[in-house]
Amino acid sequence: MSDERQDEPRTSFLRSCTIQRRVIGALLMREVITRYGRHNIGFLWLFIEPMIFTLGVTTIWGLTKATHGSDLPIAAFALTGYSSVLVWRNMPSRLVDSIEPNLSLMYHRNVRIIDIFAARLLLEGVGVATSFLVLTIIFAAVGLLQPPEDVLKVVIGWVMLAWWGTSLGMFLGALSHRSELVDKFWHPAAYLLFPLSGAGFLIDALPTKFANFILLLPMVHGVECVRDGFFGSHFVAHYDLGYMAMCNLFFTVLALAEIRHASRNLVPA
Amino acid sequence: MIRLENVSKAYRIRSGPRWVFRDLNLTLERGEKIGILGRNGAGKSTLIRLIGRVEQPTSGRLLTDMSISWPLAFSGAFQQSLTGLDNLRFICRVYGSDPVEAAAKVDDFAELGRYMREPLRTYSAGMRARLGFGISLAVDFDCFLIDEIVAVGDARFQQKCHDELFVKRKDRAMILVSHNDGYIREHCDRASVLAGGSLTHFTDMDAAYDYYQAHDRE
Repeated sequence: MSDERQDEPRTSFLRSCTIQRRVIGALLMREVITRYGRHNIGFLWLFIEPMIFTLGVTTIWGLTKATHGSDLPIAAFALTGYSSVLVWRNMPSRLVDSIEPNLSLMYHRNVRIIDIFAARLLLEGVGVATSFLVLTIIFAAVGLLQPPEDVLKVVIGWVMLAWWGTSLGMFLGALSHRSELVDKFWHPAAYLLFPLSGAGFLIDALPTKFANFILLLPMVHGVECVRDGFFGSHFVAHYDLGYMAMCNLFFTVLALAEIRHASRNLVPA
Repeated sequence: MIRLENVSKAYRIRSGPRWVFRDLNLTLERGEKIGILGRNGAGKSTLIRLIGRVEQPTSGRLLTDMSISWPLAFSGAFQQSLTGLDNLRFICRVYGSDPVEAAAKVDDFAELGRYMREPLRTYSAGMRARLGFGISLAVDFDCFLIDEIVAVGDARFQQKCHDELFVKRKDRAMILVSHNDGYIREHCDRASVLAGGSLTHFTDMDAAYDYYQAHDRE
């Protein structure tokens, strides 16, 4: 990805990787400083913020018994649902309109759009994942939920969701450089997709026709997989990771093409 | 070596594409100092931004085996909301230099004192130029791209720039861009004139200047 590979034929792949790592590291540090500053708890907000959200939603859902009167573990249901929403929603939100404010950084040849995206995605992913992990441990410790039945399934589902957030985010992030309409439409779209994303219901509880329609949304498969790993013995999970991977791959390719287009027309300030 | 092969650049404006220049060719060897003369709007800064890989050419190739600085200009390359020190650290991380050593150098050169810990937006133009130039000296480049920045600042700053660039780093390659021939005559081995969307090379400064004067309106 680094440009030195392109105009300096002697730059080896290994050296390119070093440069890439250095640049993303520098961007990470800068992002932490500009976003959280050096006051109060600083970068701890990175995972405290999603934790507060998730805690609030878990409490409300727990009190209102938002599930369908079944014997589902409500804390695990809310935690998996809302944490999943945070991944696929926060990643694109952080990338939409992220090129413009970072233009002055791309004055440096090794800093590319993809590096800026990578740094923001990493921060977002680490923040939400840490929040998810810490809350799982706390909830399990106080007996609100049972530890996951199959950790591997949880991790796979989570990685698939993160991939979905990454590809959608990179695509929208690069597209937003072309048109400001992306920013205008992303917010209502994210808001409207939330109730459809599988966070607040189980596919199994839906009428079949409606379920088939909902299963067109890739993130639904990820949430179902995470929940299968958590409390799979309590319900029948419906998901197809192959379908989700195809969607993710499709958006990844679109995203890379759009990033390439944006890079070519970039005019750093 | 830096080699530009048939490099062209167009910007899309409301009325369609506008070609800044077409099919430029240029070769610069290690240690060579070349001046590029052109009037305002001739495309000097665009050319130097392409060489610094700030922007991509619309067509053509750019080959190099040297490390090239970013274009040292009045603006760009820095984050206004960050402090001087944070900007310095960022650039050191990107280019792989030691930030502690660099901070000492920049402090010595830019004489910003306590302002190193203030956001850049509180800086005066002169302070910004000093910081920018200082930071670029903290990174080791084979070739420096200079977009008239040395022309700003007071006599003391200019003297310091001169010492750092043309005395301490006289073995490095440089590309200087200016509309003022005096500066280029003083520091460059040869000059090229950018006019009418094409680049013409001269080994003789007077010939370059005559051509520049004759094509002043293009």
